[in-house]
Parts: sequence; C-alpha cells; structure tokens
Amino acid sequence: MVLSLELYRSRSRYVAAQATQRISGSLTAPLAPLRLADRAAPTPPNPAAWARLRPRLSGICGSDLATLSGKSSRYLSGAVSFPFVPGHEIVADTLDDLDGIPARTRVVVDPVLSCRPRGLDPCDACSIGRTSRCDHITVGHLAPGLQTGYCADTGGGWSRELIAHRDQLRIVPDHISDEAAVLVEPLACAVHAVRRAAVLPGQSVLIVGAGTVGLLVLAALRELTQAGDVTVVAKHRRQRELAWQLGASEVVAPDRAITAVRRATRAHLLRPDHSPEALLGGLDQALDCAGSAGALDLALRSVRAGGRVTLAAMPAGRTDLAPAWFRELEVVGAYATSRNGTLAPGEADDFDTAISMVAGDLGPLIGGLISAVYPLDCWREALDHALEAGRLGAFKIAFDPGAEQRRTGPEAVPEQTADAPAPPVPLTSTGRDNQ
Amino acid sequence: MLDVDERTPPLIVHHGEGFSLQQFPLGTRVVYPPDSLPGLPDVTAAIDAALDEPIDSPPLDELLFADMRLAIVFDDLSIPLPPMRAPDIRQRVVEAVIERAAQAGVDDVHLIAANSLHRRMTPDELQHILGERVFRSFWPERLRNHDAEDPDDLVVLGETGHGEVVEINRTAAEADLLVYVNVNLIAMNGGDKSVPVGLASYRSLRHHHNVHTMLHSRSFNDPPRSAMHHSYDRMGDVVADTVRLFQIETTVNNETFPPQFDFLNTREWEWSYRQQGAYLAAKRANELAPAKVRRKVWQAVEAPYEVTSVNAGEVNAVHERTLANVHRQQLTEIDGQADILVFGLPYLCPYNVNSVMNPILVSCLGLGYYFNMYKNRPVVREGGVLIAFHPVPWEFHQVHHPSYVDFFDEVLAETTDPAAIEAKFEQAYATDPWYVHLYRTSYAYHGVHPFYMWYWGAHALDHLDDVIFVGANRKSVRRMGFRSASTFNDALEMASDSVGRSPRITYMHTPPLTMAEVR
Repeated sequence: MVLSLELYRSRSRYVAAQATQRISGSLTAPLAPLRLADRAAPTPPNPAAWARLRPRLSGICGSDLATLSGKSSRYLSGAVSFPFVPGHEIVADTLDDLDGIPARTRVVVDPVLSCRPRGLDPCDACSIGRTSRCDHITVGHLAPGLQTGYCADTGGGWSRELIAHRDQLRIVPDHISDEAAVLVEPLACAVHAVRRAAVLPGQSVLIVGAGTVGLLVLAALRELTQAGDVTVVAKHRRQRELAWQLGASEVVAPDRAITAVRRATRAHLLRPDHSPEALLGGLDQALDCAGSAGALDLALRSVRAGGRVTLAAMPAGRTDLAPAWFRELEVVGAYATSRNGTLAPGEADDFDTAISMVAGDLGPLIGGLISAVYPLDCWREALDHALEAGRLGAFKIAFDPGAEQRRTGPEAVPEQTADAPAPPVPLTSTGRDNQ
Repeated sequence: MLDVDERTPPLIVHHGEGFSLQQFPLGTRVVYPPDSLPGLPDVTAAIDAALDEPIDSPPLDELLFADMRLAIVFDDLSIPLPPMRAPDIRQRVVEAVIERAAQAGVDDVHLIAANSLHRRMTPDELQHILGERVFRSFWPERLRNHDAEDPDDLVVLGETGHGEVVEINRTAAEADLLVYVNVNLIAMNGGDKSVPVGLASYRSLRHHHNVHTMLHSRSFNDPPRSAMHHSYDRMGDVVADTVRLFQIETTVNNETFPPQFDFLNTREWEWSYRQQGAYLAAKRANELAPAKVRRKVWQAVEAPYEVTSVNAGEVNAVHERTLANVHRQQLTEIDGQADILVFGLPYLCPYNVNSVMNPILVSCLGLGYYFNMYKNRPVVREGGVLIAFHPVPWEFHQVHHPSYVDFFDEVLAETTDPAAIEAKFEQAYATDPWYVHLYRTSYAYHGVHPFYMWYWGAHALDHLDDVIFVGANRKSVRRMGFRSASTFNDALEMASDSVGRSPRITYMHTPPLTMAEVR
C-alpha cells in the first residue's frame, strides 16, 4: 500500500470548492475532493520499460489547484481517469533498473503519457517528437490521462510511490538541488511556450502573470531569444522583485498594465462600453502565464494587430475573443513539452534545455522559487499555502512525500485517512544530500 | 495684515471643496488681500475709451477696413477664477470690437480661444465667456479653440536671438489685424504672454515652460525677475515684427465669491451676524452634501467681479498699466520672511474649471501659483516649510486629464525631481499620439501639461525644506514626495524638525488673491 493524496470524483465537493475559492484558500482545500489514503501501489504494465519511483519532491502546480477547485475547463475532464493521484512536477529516485537508468538514480519526469508509455505505435504527432500533441492519451494499456498526475493507473507525485515509463525519465545531474530539479518540468513547459511563441529578435513581449510560470517563461525568454522589451504584469511585491532580477524591462501592476503598455508603445486606446480598455497598437507578443480569464483578456487587448498571444498556462473561464478576430491575432497554445518538431538541428529538446538552464547560473535562482515544502499529511496547509502563494510572497509549494516516513521510519508510519489527518508539522527544508 | 493675539478669532482656511475655522499660534502673521477696489462705474464707456484712445497705437477704428481679415483672440477658461458672472468682461470687449468691425465693413472675422495646450472649451463654456449673441453668430465655423497640434494652422514666425522658435496659430498670425482680449487676474498673465503662449505649439512653449526657466523665475509673478517672462518678451518682439497686434487688457477687483459666500471675502472679525450665520449654514450644508453635489455647487460658483481697468493698444505699454492695476488690487507689503508659510488651498485652480482638482494640480496651486505670489523675496525663507490645507484626493478627471493619470502613476512613482522628469519623460508624453489625439478631438489637456504643472513647483521644491499637507490623502501626498499631517498642530510639530520650536509663521489668507512684496 502506498500513502497517497487521491483526487476522487465528487460533484458536490467540486461545487463547494469552486464556491469558496474566491473567499479563501483555507476553505477550499478541505472542501476539495481530495483525501489522504493508502492505495494499492501502481503496477507497471511492462516491467522492462517501467520503473517504480519514490518522489523526493513534487510540486503543486496551478493546473492542480485549478483542478482541485473546479476551475479547470470541463473540456479536460475526458482526458483524466478517477480516482487519480495529482502531482506531475516530480523529482524522484528510481526503485528499479531500466535500460540506461539503474535503480536509485535521481530523475525528473516528463509527465506526458503519449503513445510509447501506452504501448502503442506512435501517432502522427508522436512520430515526429511532438508528444504533447499525442492523439492516444485515452487509449492503450493505461487508463485515460493526459499526464502522470491525471491517470488512475500511474499514480502521481503526491504519493510515496508512482510508476513511470523509461521514455518519461531524465537523469538529473548531481549538482542540481532537488528544489531546482522539481522545477525542471515547469521550466521545460516555459521553454516550450517560448519556442511556440517564436519571438523574433527585438520584438516586444508582455508576460501576464508573475507566478512560477510567468517567471520561468521570463527566464526562458531571456535565455533563448533576443526579445526586446519584456513587460511583466505582476500583482505582488515579491513577484515584482524577481521579475526585475530575471530581466524584465518593465514590471507593472495588473490595473496599470494596459496604460503602461499603451504609454510604452504609443498606442491608441479603445474604450468599449461596459468592457475593459484595449489597445490599437501595442506589443508584438503576449504570453498568458496566469491562465485566468482576466489574464488572457489582458493579453488579447495588449498586442498589436497581427500580433501573437501564447497560452502558456491552462486557460480557465470565459474570455471575449473579439480582439483576436478584430485584430487578426495569432492565438497559440503551448501545452506541456515537445521532444522535437520545432527544433533547429542540434538544438536540445524542451526538457534537456530546461535541465541545462537549471544546471547553469539560473539554478540557484530557480531553486529559490520553492517557497515551502510540506509532508503529505499537512496537505491542507500545503494547498492553502499554494492557493494564497502570491499574497503570501510565495511561489512554488511542494510536497516531500517521504518526509514523515524518514522521520518515523517506514514501519512506524500510521495509516492515514482523510477523516483523521496527521497533526500539522513545521515546514521542512529539503536541504538534503542529493545522492 | 494682522498679528494673531489672544483676541484673534479662528480664521477661515480653505480646504479643497470645504473650509473651516482654524486657530493659529500667537504671533502668526496673517496677510489678508487688500480691500476690493471699486469697479469702473461705466464699463462700456471704459471699453470705448480704450478702443478710441489706445496707448501707442492708432484707434481701433483706423485699423479696421473692409475686406480685411480680423482675428479676435481671447483668454480661455483658466482665468478668471472662479469664472466671472455673466456678462464676462471678454464678452463685452469682443462685442464692442465686432460692432466696430461691422461698422467698418469687415466680414472675415475669426474668433479663436487662446487655450494653448489647455483642453478645448466646450460650446457651453465658450458661450459663457462670449455671450449668446457672439456664440450664435460665429460658432462653429468662425469661433474655435486654438489647436496646437494642427500642422496646417500653425506658422513659424521666426526665432529669437536665443534660438527660441516662435510658432503660433496661422489664422491669427496671418490676419490683417489680431485683436487680443485678455483678463489679467494675476501679474503673470497678459502682455507678451498672451500671443506667444496662448496661441503657441509645444515646439514653441518648451523654450520657456521648462525646469531651468522656472528655477530662474523668482517669481514668475514678477516679470522683471522672471526668466519665463524674459523669454515671452523675446518672443513678443518676434510677434510684433510680423503680426499687426492690438492688445486689449482688463483687470478685475477682488470680489471673488458671490453673496452666499461673501464671508470668504471678509475678515473674520468683521463678519456680520448674517455672515456668521451664512458661514455656519454653508459649512454644515457642505459637510452634509454628497460629494457629487458638493462639487457641482462649488463649480457653479461665479465671481461677481467688477472691472477695474480696460486698456488697449501696444502690448507692452498696455501691460505696464495693467500690471499697475493688478498690483493696486493685490500687492501687500510685508517685512521679512517667515519660517513657515501657510496656505488654505481652495477647490479651484486654472486647470480644473468644471473638472477635478487632482493631486498634481493641488501641488501646482500650492507650490506653483501661491508660493510664487511674491515680489523681491519669497514669503518663506530658504529652508523653510510650507504647510498647505487640502484633502489631496487621489482622483482624476479621466476625460480632461488623461496624461495626468499616467504621470502620477508612472512618472512620480519613479521620481519627483523635476529635472529628472523633464529629461526622461517629457518628450515621450509630449509627442504621444494618443494624448495628441485626445487633446485635438476630446476635451483633454495636452500630454505634456502635467509636466508643466510639476515644473511650476520647481522653484518651491528647490527653496523649501519641507512641504506638509494637512488633512490630506496620505498616499497621494507621499507619491508626490510630501508629508501629511492630520491636524495643523501635528504639521507644526513636524515642521519643527526643519525650523525649530519658535518659528515665524505667515498665513496667506487667500483667496481672494493677494501678492506679497517682501522687504
């Protein structure tokens, strides 16, 4: 049996979590359809190609929170299978030998469950390395699930054990800390978003949102492109500070964003009735890194005619697409990561690029985005913290699923249920030996 | 003038759209405006006399001839303050000029408001200044606001010896005769400021509306000691060489507030029982009124000004007499400088008529206009403190002051140093196509206007050690780099850091306006 945080299907809890989300994270977390439970350990469908993993850290992503609070699009509900264990940002140790990856190797997980993990011949997208576009995420020898962390069969990072296909694993260089390594997956997504945006040298860019996604996109943008002025929309003080550190040309508050962009680009302002202001003119590109309706709306209203808006975060809510039509914008999706398909010869794929970035000078700064780490039995506090991260000056909140086990010994771990949660424990640091 | 002693009652202090009675420390010097001068007994006769017997110029009738093009240019709504009760003196003068033009067979007459980079006036505002008859006859084809961004209606007249480009309204400049009709509320107005500023473009204005000039205008209400006026004068010479100009200047007395508020025109110890009752009633009603109603009431105030002089002819000769009349009404001699200067800032400045007094305008009124109401030396010593009463709400008129909003949010958030602001931001705001569009087609002040308002306070910022606002929005005040105090006593306590515990305090009891000649 494996101690896991399990998300189950409960319409009433979704509604309750959705209703309280605007009020307080501390109400949302207990109401979410989530429970701490002992589950049967996931079984590798093909032991030769699959390994069991023991997570060291697993991040809480904005898409996880949107799922828990019922904010995510219903469109995605067909691409998951209940009950599942969330957690797709994972740094873990392998427990089994695999081809080229011996047991007890520290790895990060590319969570996309594409054709190969599903035991299928590659679809058109997978055959050219565009695994994030896989058409087979609901078939094969796994239950439906777009990623690890949304599939009933694989387990997820918010547990003490999960399984992953050899194809999903990337070895983490020794000198990278766990804190930095757990951010490789979101950084790889940021790399993918920047590559999808295809920013030309000198182009001006708006990044809407300065949470983890926004800051990592900013880092990738500065690392991989010769973008001109980059304006970051940041709500909170700590976000603003880090945006400056990561190379923003301008950092503005959401309520000042349109005005600031207008001033910087000398655009004209459109003042519709009963609708937010928009620009005639504006920046060349915008990346929505917040995923809210308001953020996408701002992005659409801030780019020039013919400009590009890239969806770097999972969109939620309803957005008026009239600007996209009227200004003939390109709206580009950027989901997960790609292995190939858009890369120049010799260019590393999204994951390897992210690992290189984390292994370089950016490593400490990126690792510093981990603001707090919780054991699984403090999941309510962890989710509460994550839901209020910006306001609390935090960025990425992560679980250390093995913390309790290390403290008490594997045999002494009490069985937990949602109805009898463990008492809160102080936040732990993960400043451990990486070996 | 009054020195506060034990018998001195609390004194009226303006506080934006409100007022109160404030007790001042013993020994405070209170500078009251001089008594209001009697108005001219027959304004019509005075206008006719000025037109018939101008100074250093042929009579107007001799300058008018059939088939000529006549441009009549007049000051905009920024003066007088509050707006003058109808008929405005400009209406009376313009009607007289038009009548004479008609008699001379002049058909091609253009009326142009000299609003420079101020917002365009609405038809109602133009009608208030010019009267229904003139408005109906000329609007909209032959009566319009000056457009400082219309390349087709601007002309460069030349350059001064200092390399200052003189670019003004083409219709006015190329007319056979330009008649300028002014109301001279303060000593800064009129003379060579009228045409070279009122009809100018940004390209021309930037030569004198800049930080360097403001720092060297001490004060800008004392033209001989004002670098700004020296520049106007040089530009005026260029205008005089190329334009046939007939200047008509008028002055008004100090009857600033209408009868229901006449206690504001009267020294407190001279209040009658009726005025005491009016004070209590007005104060209570003002406090109880919803904000919108309160603003509407204040903005509807019209001053029962009476005209004290009308002069016409050559610009400089006319203006010399005008200045004498302004000084006659406003000048008060005082001995020595104070450590602390106190103002109660009212609800109105030149740039928020029918609008909102935003924080930048509050700063401009206090540190610009009121601080500079002096001759010889500032009322407050160098290193002294200015204490101003005003709520300084974080509030902007979105139509009239769009660039002010951005200036406050973007520019002042970065720096409050006028020179740094000028160097880094002015050009971008001045040429921003959106602001230009709003200036030309909406009712917005030009994009560069908030910069000028901030520069207006440059001399005070340079001169003072501290600026404290009493009863103000702390956030607004802090954004501008000033300090705020809840009460006057708190402000005095805070000021003691700079001027010690026994400061010499001068309270300028204004409005009505007064100008100090500091010996």
